[in-house]
Amino acid sequence: MPASPWTIIAVYFIIALVVACVIAIVPGIFTRKRPTVEKLEAYECGVPPTSALLGRFPVRFFLVAMLFVVFDVEAASFFPWAVQLKALGWFGFMEMLTFIVVLGIGYAYVWKKGGFSWR
Amino acid sequence: MNHLPDWVLIVAIKSGVLIFVVVTCFAYLMLLERKMLGWFQMRVGPTWCGPWGLMQPAADAVKLVLKEDLTPGQADWFVYKVAPALAVLTALLAYAVIPFGWLPDGRPIAIASPNVGILYLLAVASVGVYGIALGGWSSQSKWPLLGAVRSTAQMISYELAMGLSIVPVVMLAGTTDLGGIVAAQSAHHLWYAIPLFIPYFIYGITALAETNRAPFDLPEAETELVAGFHTEYSSLRFGTFFVAEYVNMITVCAIRTLLFLGGGDGPFVRQFPLLSVVWFLAKVGILLFMMIWWRATLPRLRYDRLMAFGWKVLLPTAVGNLLIVAGVVSALGTR
Repeated sequence: MPASPWTIIAVYFIIALVVACVIAIVPGIFTRKRPTVEKLEAYECGVPPTSALLGRFPVRFFLVAMLFVVFDVEAASFFPWAVQLKALGWFGFMEMLTFIVVLGIGYAYVWKKGGFSWR
Repeated sequence: MNHLPDWVLIVAIKSGVLIFVVVTCFAYLMLLERKMLGWFQMRVGPTWCGPWGLMQPAADAVKLVLKEDLTPGQADWFVYKVAPALAVLTALLAYAVIPFGWLPDGRPIAIASPNVGILYLLAVASVGVYGIALGGWSSQSKWPLLGAVRSTAQMISYELAMGLSIVPVVMLAGTTDLGGIVAAQSAHHLWYAIPLFIPYFIYGITALAETNRAPFDLPEAETELVAGFHTEYSSLRFGTFFVAEYVNMITVCAIRTLLFLGGGDGPFVRQFPLLSVVWFLAKVGILLFMMIWWRATLPRLRYDRLMAFGWKVLLPTAVGNLLIVAGVVSALGTR
């Protein structure tokens, strides 16, 4: 087969995309739409909505997202190192230990500042 | 001109068959879950549609297709319609690289086998959150939005520990190729679940959180959020979120089998290579059974404890274990 894995994955992606499109379109075909005012309201356990969508939600969620970006970049950097670890030996280990210690200082700082406690 | 090469057609057919099989597996996984939850609770589960309830998935599908497809007045029309399809698309993408076994000539039975299979799976798992996040947001309603935001925070938090629990496997195998990892395990006659039992359990826990399964099913916590991110969805769009969730369940169990349980490795595989498919599916089935078992057994966590557990327990454990494994691998050096 002359193709690289990524062109094969691209073909697979297209097939999956077709399936997803079919799933997105089909529900509109077989059903009759009989909307009423009550049906179109936001669900609020049966009572009329007390307010529109709540405009604000806890800043904790944004904090988690920011922390995720920091730590996920670091987690991604582990993979090339892990592949080569057998060849690098103790040199590679000490390099990564230094990296993790620096990271650990940041982690301890966030913990002390309460970045991980959901209160 | 205007003539597709043969391999495109072959790959397209294989992909279509695979997606069909996966969706069928989803349907019967859902029936199995309802049956088993019934048994765990001294009930019988679905029995009326067909013998032993076997037609239940088909009946559910027909019912969902015929239900009214309602778009709430306040919803963001386009994103609301696209979000379920996006969820199922990202769920299906993972199957492009999963090797289900190997042929007698040693080639893996997979759509594609890139040499960075693990990174591909992690990337696909990361975009998986979009379907839920957009679905909840586009409903423009309180409970879906809260469910979506919770789900996003939970999934990205546990994704860190998940990534870090995979790194030790890469260290031992020395490759990010999924087929290579399986081959490394069968070459040493050692499933990585034995030396790497801590990452094995960390991956199992994060897998539950990533797929929003009990005890981490906070995004759809009925007692506080109605139905979470899919509260406003009806008809097949509601069902589509279920497809995505169950397909993701099968995915994480398949990845866990490949990384820690030797993939298709098992007795008599050397003599009959095609037996590897059977072993692989059997292992995935056992892991799925355990996921359902946990749902029947464990109560739901409180949200602050869930986040604290992810950041304060799982993440340090994963990093500490990673250092220990790295030390051992460095000490043993190139073998």
